[in-house]
Amino acid sequence: MPQELPLREAYGQTLVDLGRENPDIVVLDADLSSSTMTHFFAKEFPNRFFDCGVAEQNMVSIAAGLAASGKIPFASTFAVFAPGRCFDQIRMSIAQPGLNVKLVATHGGISVGEDGISHQSIEDLSLICSLPGFTVIVPADAIETAQAVRAAAASFGPFYIRLCRPKVPLVYGDDYRFNLGKAVTMRQGGDVTIIAIGILVAAALEAADDLKREGIDCRVVNMPTLKPIDEEAIIKAAADTGAIVTVEEHLEHGGLGSTVARVVARHRPVPMEFVAIKDTYATSGKADELLQRYGLTAKDIGQAVRGVLKRSG
Amino acid sequence: MSEISVEKYQALARQTRVRVLRMIHRAQSSHVGTSLSAADLLTVLYNRVLRLDPARPDWPDRDRFILSKGHGCAVVYAVLAEKGFFPRDWLETFYLDGSHLPGHITRSVPGVEASTGSLGHGLSIGCGMALVGKREEQPYRVFVLLSDGECDEGSTWEAALFAPHHHLDNIIAIVDYNKIQSFGTVKEVLDLEPLASKWQAFGWATREIDGHDFEQIEKALLSVPFEPGRPSCIIAHTVKGKGVSFMEGQLAWHYKPPNDEQLAQALAELGVFG
Ligand SMILES: [Mg+2]
Repeated sequence: MPQELPLREAYGQTLVDLGRENPDIVVLDADLSSSTMTHFFAKEFPNRFFDCGVAEQNMVSIAAGLAASGKIPFASTFAVFAPGRCFDQIRMSIAQPGLNVKLVATHGGISVGEDGISHQSIEDLSLICSLPGFTVIVPADAIETAQAVRAAAASFGPFYIRLCRPKVPLVYGDDYRFNLGKAVTMRQGGDVTIIAIGILVAAALEAADDLKREGIDCRVVNMPTLKPIDEEAIIKAAADTGAIVTVEEHLEHGGLGSTVARVVARHRPVPMEFVAIKDTYATSGKADELLQRYGLTAKDIGQAVRGVLKRSG
Repeated sequence: MSEISVEKYQALARQTRVRVLRMIHRAQSSHVGTSLSAADLLTVLYNRVLRLDPARPDWPDRDRFILSKGHGCAVVYAVLAEKGFFPRDWLETFYLDGSHLPGHITRSVPGVEASTGSLGHGLSIGCGMALVGKREEQPYRVFVLLSDGECDEGSTWEAALFAPHHHLDNIIAIVDYNKIQSFGTVKEVLDLEPLASKWQAFGWATREIDGHDFEQIEKALLSVPFEPGRPSCIIAHTVKGKGVSFMEGQLAWHYKPPNDEQLAQALAELGVFG
């Protein structure tokens, strides 16, 4: 088994490194810093850390004010609260003027687990991708998280990075280099392409292993930058393999699947299947139980692949 | 900045009101009542209080002014044009297709610090700017003009909690308390009283003034911060539609452009004929 590491910790530690390198990095939180792991930064740079209290709307607009004053603010809370709670502030204060604010939301998806639907963010990618000018990143493991956070700090403009709650197996080695806006081919294959994001990249790789034994040769692509999406990689996957399955811990509506389908429909129509949460809210349970119940496991990906291959002939 | 007589203020404010009425008449759109109620406050701010350089809208030491009630953009655009932040003929394109001056105040306009229009954002944005100023010991102040209707928004009070907690005595909230919101009086829709004690209780050093009395406006704005270590709040009692008799205190003029005849009458009241 590969090593499992929490993405949140990679985020928190990277913030500290960035803070040492650049005095303009400032961090905001809404009374959740021990969960979002911005507390590492708070401890080392108390004068550049602002706990806004349980007031996410205020936090987001304050971040805009900081950005307008030349700072590079990272603002964090759970994904249900940003973008969920303060979409209007994100839209008006950050997106419309195109300010240099980095929103890093933790506890994305249903892998939040026992805490239930109020804390399971399954709509956040749809909301944030709808905002013109936002760059949206969903890292697959701790190594990618650290590099994505660095890329966001180094690139001007509004960013949203979505992290999950549980520890996640590493899918990358130390030699990995994150490329903003670029898909990563994790495995070559010619029969079908599985495009995955976030914690389900590991499940996609597992599914590809299983399918190999059945003689199905899967290409596995990680799409860490959800917006702007790597259209070229999608078109190439459609052309080379003739079928695509998307995999995400999010509603089917408005996330990875919808985005890939738009590119496929416009440039290279091929059959697609979507591994995602159907039009429903989840229940409480352990993360792996919920992923199973809502069809987000390697087994479900395998089924989707067999299904799409039947249609692609 | 040098002293200004009440007569001079009156003349400047009259000129601003004339521009606002012409802009809104030409556009046949926008919020006239709220622009007129804030005209006297803005006249003092931009001619006597704010440290600005129109030639350098991004001068780091400039005072920041945020119009949190973004629907009142006409009067701010008019004042910015008068101060030379952009050519006056831009005002003739206000609200029109392809204009530099879009509906609800927008950060792309020289001299505008924040895009607003959805209410309850401006004070938070101002807190972010004031925080940087405070932590880095920069000389600028942040003035935020809010509407009374905007005090219905929860986020306004989130910011109201934040500023005193961080001892932001470089931020000044000004409430244009014209007693009318979109579709009713403040009293009918959602009563704010006692408004001054609410701000006071949240930790703001608060003063109430007549928002059309130039001596009171100037005195209040020149004595901020009212108390060191605390943010300042000025509750400015105003009249919606101030300066045009048939618009004053009239709910209908929240969002209604004057027709040709009404424009002529309004301008005549302001001393402009023909
Ligand atoms: Mg009002």
